Amino acid sequence: MAKRVGIESSIAVADTVKMCDVDVVAAYPITPQTHIVEHIADLVANGELDAEYIPVESEHSAMSACLGSSAAGARTFTATASQGLELMHEVLYVASGMRLPIVMAVANRAVSAPLSIWGDHSDVMSCRDTGWIQVFVENGQEAVDMTICSFKIAEDPSVLLPFMINLDGFHLSHVIEPIIFPEEEEVKAFLPNFDYKYRLTPDHPVAMGDFATPPLFTEARWAHHMALVNSQKKIVEVWNEFEQKFGRGYKPVETYKTEGAETLLFTMGSFSETAMTAVDQMREQGKNVGLVRLRLWRPFPFEEIYEAVKGAKTLIVLDRALSTGGPAGPVASEIKAGLYNKEVKPKVVSIIGGIGGRDIHDYDFINIVEHGEALAKTSDIAPYEIYGVRG
Amino acid sequence: MSKSEFELTWQELEPGCIVTEPGNAVSYKTGDWRSQRPTYKFERCIKCGVCQLFCPEGCIKKNEDGCFEADLYHCKGCGICATECPAYVITMEDEA
Repeated sequence: MAKRVGIESSIAVADTVKMCDVDVVAAYPITPQTHIVEHIADLVANGELDAEYIPVESEHSAMSACLGSSAAGARTFTATASQGLELMHEVLYVASGMRLPIVMAVANRAVSAPLSIWGDHSDVMSCRDTGWIQVFVENGQEAVDMTICSFKIAEDPSVLLPFMINLDGFHLSHVIEPIIFPEEEEVKAFLPNFDYKYRLTPDHPVAMGDFATPPLFTEARWAHHMALVNSQKKIVEVWNEFEQKFGRGYKPVETYKTEGAETLLFTMGSFSETAMTAVDQMREQGKNVGLVRLRLWRPFPFEEIYEAVKGAKTLIVLDRALSTGGPAGPVASEIKAGLYNKEVKPKVVSIIGGIGGRDIHDYDFINIVEHGEALAKTSDIAPYEIYGVRG
Repeated sequence: MSKSEFELTWQELEPGCIVTEPGNAVSYKTGDWRSQRPTYKFERCIKCGVCQLFCPEGCIKKNEDGCFEADLYHCKGCGICATECPAYVITMEDEA
């Protein structure tokens, strides 16, 4: 029987990694990811998880070690955040280009300078084009469920791509909440063994990560792009199968009270739950407001987004990262790019907020909606503002 | 590889461009990097093999007469053989 446990999300992710029977974990601790890898190290040291734990000297080494273990056919997990993710950056492209199904949890945090250990999405936004599957989770339960699904998706022979699970630093990573844990046997039955056709073995020598000449590089890159785009089918299939087995369903794009809404909020990650509370309050006051939440960031599910937003007049996108010097927040920019050639579309308002650990409360969302609606009506230029900045 | 790098489509590539045929780097034509080619006065050759030892490409082999000669499909034209040859057999000349 599944058990309901009051537990910190980070510890829950670590316990789930154990249930997924990983073979290798190579990681370097960094706030706010620390509890995940610390607890995995405990599980390995206590003999509860039969895996190699490689305490590397940096995140660059962590991801490099993961390349090797995944290439050898070992189920591989790591976790990081912020500066650690940036230090891994060049190796992220290698992992995805080599099509190695490494799973990584990222406890999203701001990037220096000025130094901030607190949460936002600027670390992962710089990894947008690294060719990984990327999801944002809303709560600890979803972090657990996504971890289970991620191995099944990433290791599928039709996918073979690394998988990044983004969970908001502190706002989610350090929050204790009730989480339903499936039985380990149920998880093992759901997850097939990782059987990588081309794994490094002396019996069938292969060369990985070789170079591609100019006549081949374009084809190689497009093959990678198409693999990532086509992975959405498998992602949805696995999430549906997970729902049948475990009773909790997930979709690339989720909506909340969007029927007949003139104004839509658009969020990613744990702030979506606060936004839902705000939508409830605004609906009670008779305002036609709804919420669209993006779970799947890469591959970018634009058709699903369009279906969710096309009926609205105003779409207010909250980005928890600033694209410094850019035309809008990173998520808003992509939505606007997708909408540009559509005949029917909402006006997009790009709002930056919740960066460097600053909270966005339910009343903040109400302010954002009221201000966003006014901006959309009065501004000829593309509305783009940062919420709550002094001065 | 059944097809050359100029013919393969993106659908035909192995995932991650994995190379499943060991030693296929031999088919990579590095000879077209060359701006100078080695030319030989074989009558001076003492067949010592120093050029073969120094060649960083490993493309120098004994020919039918027992003299050492670069395989121009792979020779990158670095000229190290010409510098090292104690009998001044090799002269580097510009490619046309």
